[in-house]
Amino acid sequence: MHEDLPQLSHEEILRYSRHLILPDVGVAGQRKLKAARVLLVGAGGLGSPAALYLAAAGVGTLGLVDFDVVDRTNLQRQVLHGTSKVGTPKLASARERILDLNPNVRVETFETRLTSANALDILRDFDIVADGSDNFPTRYLVNDACVLLGKPNVYGSIFRFEGQASVFFAKQGPCYRCLYAEPPPPDLVPSCAEGGVLGVLPGIIGSIQAMETIKLILGVGEPLIGRLLLFDALKLQFRELKLAKDPDCPVCGAHPTVTSLIDYEAFCGVLAAPASDGVEIAAADLGELRKGNPRLIVLDVREPHEWAIAHIDGARLIPLSELPERLGELDGHAEIVTHCHHGVRSMKALEILQAAGFANVRSLKGGIDAWSVQVDPSVPRY
Amino acid sequence: MATGTVQVRFFARYAELAGCETTAVSVAVPATVADVVRQVREAIPGAALLPERPLAAVNMRHVRLDAPVNDGDEVAFLPPVAGG
Repeated sequence: MHEDLPQLSHEEILRYSRHLILPDVGVAGQRKLKAARVLLVGAGGLGSPAALYLAAAGVGTLGLVDFDVVDRTNLQRQVLHGTSKVGTPKLASARERILDLNPNVRVETFETRLTSANALDILRDFDIVADGSDNFPTRYLVNDACVLLGKPNVYGSIFRFEGQASVFFAKQGPCYRCLYAEPPPPDLVPSCAEGGVLGVLPGIIGSIQAMETIKLILGVGEPLIGRLLLFDALKLQFRELKLAKDPDCPVCGAHPTVTSLIDYEAFCGVLAAPASDGVEIAAADLGELRKGNPRLIVLDVREPHEWAIAHIDGARLIPLSELPERLGELDGHAEIVTHCHHGVRSMKALEILQAAGFANVRSLKGGIDAWSVQVDPSVPRY
Repeated sequence: MATGTVQVRFFARYAELAGCETTAVSVAVPATVADVVRQVREAIPGAALLPERPLAAVNMRHVRLDAPVNDGDEVAFLPPVAGG
């Protein structure tokens, strides 16, 4: 046993008793856990179960990176946070919950967006990084930073009813870029906010990330290095993809072209949002406009199941995916205001309409959510 | 030239775009994964939105697009997923 590993207190020996009697953990393993430093990127759906289980297991130092506040819509899956914490910073909420669960854990918080400017400095002091972020630029950033620093990236991600998990450790196997060399077009893959996610799903995938992290610390079993685990919740099916390291990988290949962190927002094309000057209308202004122009078309481009949750009285529903084929249903001379949930899809609808020659089109800024807040509170928010 | 049949499997968002999880596709063999991608993008409405270079697996083994595909193989396409 390494003499430099920290000793366990009597309280810890009792607390971790079910670990200590496991042959593959024991006192030596528990001391490794206590010495370990794990960074969780994101204290959301995946970060919540990962943080709770890693803290409960006795990981000595947990770093957390997040800059969000707890929102009521988080509570359906982000089990680190309670109802009383809505509106407060996620990291303060996480720290309180983790320390209540296990006061032996040292919690280090980084209340910031992870960027190319700070990622290496933040990641450098940790042994293992668990990526529970929720967007592609951060996924590539975490991957590249881990490759450059030689650290394992315990990866998990979720979409609606399906999840993925792997351990990207370029020293021993492929990295994220070996799989996805190029980011997807920004609108190909909706986020959880746009696409929805079953609340239990991040519980399962985040727990797998915690499990893989603990295995790496202990050095037991077979980590998910070189394997992509695919989980389908509806079929309750796990599949596994055998992964190959890409010799031409731009970051971990034989001749890397990415040797320092880059601008990941530009790389993923998320900055290429169309200029919205003058084409967006505020919810309050739309309210006034409708009073003066009864022929105004409020065009809802969300999905029918979203319409069923909440809609603006008098609006017309044509889902964005059907809009190109259904342009003929709209009067080309009418004034049109497109709207969706938060104002992203309605901008795409506006582009489609403008490209088809509709001259008088605007998009509702902030979507039906802003309408509910600013104009008509009888419309429920979701 | 012989024709082979491969079973194509779409995951997550790709299944939504293609409107199915699996489908049989005929390709002239010998073929590569890139040939299957082309065939799928042309033949299946909705799948036209698949990228030209998706993450692909033959018989659940991650391969490059120049990898060979034989009659009876399963070719899977997996979208990147970022939710957390």
